[in-house]
Amino acid sequence: MPAVSKGDGMRGLAVFISDIRNCKSKEAEVKRINKELANIRSKFKGDKALDGYSKKKYVCKLLFIFLLGHDIDFGHMEAVNLLSSNKYTEKQIGYLFISVLVNSNSDLIRLINNGIKNDLSSRNPTFMNLALHCIANVGSREMAETFAAEVPGVLVAGETMDSVKQSAALCLLRLYRTSPDLVPMGEWAARVVHLLNDQHLGVVTAAASLITSLAQKSPEEFRTSVSLAVARLSRIVTSASIDLQDYTYYFVAAPWLSVKLLRLLQCYPPPEDAALRSRLTECLETILNKAQEPPKSKKVQHSNAKNAVLFEAISLIIHHDSEPTLLVRACNQLGQFLLHRETNLRYLALESMCTLASSEFSHETVKTHIETVINALKTERDVSVRQRAVDLLYAMCDRSNAKQIVAEMLSYLETADYSIREEIVLKVAILAEKYAVDYTWYVDTILNLIRIAGDYVSEEVWYRVIQIVINRDDVQGYAAKTVFEALQAPACHENLVKVGGYILGEFGNLIAGDSRSSPLVQFNLLHSKFHLCSVPTRALLLSAYIKFINLFPEVKTTIQGVLRSDSQLRNADVELQQRAVEYLRLSCIASTDILATVLEEMPPFPERESSILAKLKKKKGPGNLPGIDDVRRNVNGSAEHGQNAEEAKKVAKGPITQSRSALFVLIPTLDFIFNCWPLLAFPPVPLNQASAFAPLFPVFIFTPDSLNSSSSPGANLLVDVFSDNSAPPTAEVSEENFHRFVCKNNGVIFENQLLQLGLKSEYRQNLGRIYIFYGNKTSTQFLSFSSAAVDPVIEGGAQVQQILNIECVSDFTEAPVLNIQFRYGGALQNIAVKLPVMLNKFFQPTEMASEDFFQRWKQLGAPQQEVQKIFKAKHPMDTEVTKAKILGFGVALLDRVDPNPANFVGAGVIHTKNVQVGCLLRLEPNTQAQMYRLTLRTSRDSVSQRLCDLLSEQF
Amino acid sequence: MLILTFSQMQFMLLFSRQGKLRLQKWYVPLSDKERKKISRDLVQTILARKPKMCSFLEWRDLKIVYKRYASLYFCCAVEDQDNELITLEIIHRYVELLDKYFGSVCELDIIFNFEKAYFILDEFLLGGEPQETSKKNVLKAIEQADLLQEEAEAPRSVLEEIGLT
Repeated sequence: MPAVSKGDGMRGLAVFISDIRNCKSKEAEVKRINKELANIRSKFKGDKALDGYSKKKYVCKLLFIFLLGHDIDFGHMEAVNLLSSNKYTEKQIGYLFISVLVNSNSDLIRLINNGIKNDLSSRNPTFMNLALHCIANVGSREMAETFAAEVPGVLVAGETMDSVKQSAALCLLRLYRTSPDLVPMGEWAARVVHLLNDQHLGVVTAAASLITSLAQKSPEEFRTSVSLAVARLSRIVTSASIDLQDYTYYFVAAPWLSVKLLRLLQCYPPPEDAALRSRLTECLETILNKAQEPPKSKKVQHSNAKNAVLFEAISLIIHHDSEPTLLVRACNQLGQFLLHRETNLRYLALESMCTLASSEFSHETVKTHIETVINALKTERDVSVRQRAVDLLYAMCDRSNAKQIVAEMLSYLETADYSIREEIVLKVAILAEKYAVDYTWYVDTILNLIRIAGDYVSEEVWYRVIQIVINRDDVQGYAAKTVFEALQAPACHENLVKVGGYILGEFGNLIAGDSRSSPLVQFNLLHSKFHLCSVPTRALLLSAYIKFINLFPEVKTTIQGVLRSDSQLRNADVELQQRAVEYLRLSCIASTDILATVLEEMPPFPERESSILAKLKKKKGPGNLPGIDDVRRNVNGSAEHGQNAEEAKKVAKGPITQSRSALFVLIPTLDFIFNCWPLLAFPPVPLNQASAFAPLFPVFIFTPDSLNSSSSPGANLLVDVFSDNSAPPTAEVSEENFHRFVCKNNGVIFENQLLQLGLKSEYRQNLGRIYIFYGNKTSTQFLSFSSAAVDPVIEGGAQVQQILNIECVSDFTEAPVLNIQFRYGGALQNIAVKLPVMLNKFFQPTEMASEDFFQRWKQLGAPQQEVQKIFKAKHPMDTEVTKAKILGFGVALLDRVDPNPANFVGAGVIHTKNVQVGCLLRLEPNTQAQMYRLTLRTSRDSVSQRLCDLLSEQF
Repeated sequence: MLILTFSQMQFMLLFSRQGKLRLQKWYVPLSDKERKKISRDLVQTILARKPKMCSFLEWRDLKIVYKRYASLYFCCAVEDQDNELITLEIIHRYVELLDKYFGSVCELDIIFNFEKAYFILDEFLLGGEPQETSKKNVLKAIEQADLLQEEAEAPRSVLEEIGLT
């Protein structure tokens, strides 16, 4: 009956819809629509005033066209006109059109708001409801500005009809969500809480939603809602199923309201009042009991509604995390669902158990279900359910079951869906590391990961295995043997070649005693993979080869032969060519001692949070990681039970200031740690100079401690302090404040709207240490921060510290550049800052008597040893300031040396690793001319020149 | 104590087995372009799923709850913390309302009376939260409106009746 009569209201609309449905092609549909649009436009523009009915019909047609996915750019005015109609249906269509189509910046917003205002004050409940629905549907800020103050009044007014109260409550909720600042809390708040006592369950349901949202923001103001909610819940769960009449849904009493009330209670800790608390516990027990009763109906709706309440009750139990018996009961009831024939219930049980696994009270009970969960992993047909099973296994894993769980995950990985492989790889890698008792198991597991799912093993995972092998000498021999064996496979994943190359390069000597893995065999094995690999891997292998030359002098000639071949020395890839050239030269020129020093074994890495964990967190989003520790923190904010959490904390807070003195640079990507050679030659050495040995030596050695291997695509996202020529910095190098640091060590080196970069530095002889402070000036996170310590995320307003250790090897001119990349909002930010590391930083001041000074001054009399500059004063010529600057420059200021007391004389020694360069300086001010003459004498012309350039800028 | 943030339903979509969108209700502000993209992606994802699969799936950072009734898919997006089963029953209650109102509802009823489908939804859910879960009360509100409509309608001309204007 109704289907036909209800369409009859607008016959023209029905005909139009039929026409559209009969269109055979998209083109035909567009044609028909355009025809209709032209028709409607002409009607709206026509001289003849349209009656309300026609207007309604055409507006409805426009709405239909819009909902088909076409753009509508007219008709808004006609829709607004409908609002002022006093015919309900016309008004209704007008409101519908506005709800669906209006955008907040519309010019019509004032007219619309007027229409709504009129209806709100009409005292006609149906009109009021339409108006409230419209506000809730549009929910824009403009709407909030106009109505946020008015709606609470409607909600709590005594004479308001129930149905209007319901609309008003949810309308207010929507406005509160859009613009919480515009919804003023007032005395209405207390009265809203009392709506939980209302006779009308519809009003209570709507009010419960509103209060839950408000209570999240201002728990204190709504604290009284706890007792009311418990009382209401208690009445519902103990009611006979017919008591609530139409609010009973398939024999379940008010399931929506029950869920809402249980949600509301999750905004608060367990009630302190004992009576209230026991009443709530009774409610929860009743819900658990009811879930065990035989079903009152075979309909799935009955079981769904009942279990919806059950799952919400369990959420509350987990949230309180204070009633061990309830937790264990919840766990057991969920255990039954793990074998339920309804897929939905199995899914939810797995999901809910994941949080239960994080409570110390129920962790053990969850573990008893391990076989069922493993079985789910093997037999579930729906990938989303299997995903839940993986999550739960991960959450229930501890030392006692780690081997079993990791083995099961590995075997699942062989057939796992592509969409979840990467996540499983990360999880396996984390569990294997976290629960490794003996590290041979860990190494085996990771190599298995690479074998089974090499493509899904991200950089972080294989970096991590290398970090661990390097840090644990008990596993190095085993690792070398294992990778050697794994590399025997005719086809092995490139990631295995990387790990193999690295480990054999470092620890190949540990297995070289066996003739089956003699140095030559090892080398040939690695080199057999070389041609199948990508450039970065080949680069890594070349570094392994030079390490071999150091480890095994007997293969030196073979390797030199390989390096010397045209395919290496003339490789089209700059990086490979440079490595081949430099390694070859190094192997020819350097003595065994130098080789041994340069190619020494990597020192241990500082302990740090596993970058894999960071990656998994990122993947799952913050607070959403089903990892044990995190869930624990989520559940009740404080508890860190069990050793896992403790351990994780220890790792996360590992020492960050551990000092290192490695000849190798520790840059986050291990590839570079290992292969830093060409990068160290700084500034970049042109190839034609490579025959000279000296320029090969690193001018600087930076050992940035505790850098994080940020997961960045491509190796050029690393914290490269060295702007090497293969990856030119994309950002313009900022050196604005560079010169301010010549005579001082602390201050702000860089600042823009987003980021402030502060420096503190200290130097002693040829060593220095810079503390870089990255300050996020915004209130938004910086993501993928590529230069920060520990974490690739810098929270809004936070400051992160990084330490660079510096060694001056020989004198230099160019300062290193710090490249920083991060994401702010959507945009990738690139910043390059010249670090104020100048030659004068390595000064040690030298005091000397007048005669000594002049004697040395004369000794340094060769023309190329002296540099002199006469320049105009840029600052007022203040003696004290000048003194301070010269002292800041690093030399000792010598009194009574120069016959003219107005002149300044200083002396110091520049310390580099290889040589010490004595330096004398004299500054003669001429106040009349506002000029200075600066003279520097050192034993090296390059040093004299550089120091003169630096100092002359300061006055 | 960590305060959990709950949110409501983000949107509800009705679409046919052929992937045609029959109703869309958005409870969070999104641009037209985003809406189109979400609908397209989601419809594809759900249509690719086999029957008997779980009614819930994680999609982007949302949780999708869906159920098929005859030729129509009803699909709601809720937030991760939300209660999936009660959302499933929201869908069912809405279907019941449509069914009761139209009398054995079919896809065609929703196509030809799309505005009614929206009105019924607004009476049932507002801002993504259940406003009135009693079937009787929702239908009473809608039927009252229909009554007003019939009183208001004047007889139309013959041309209008056959849909020529």
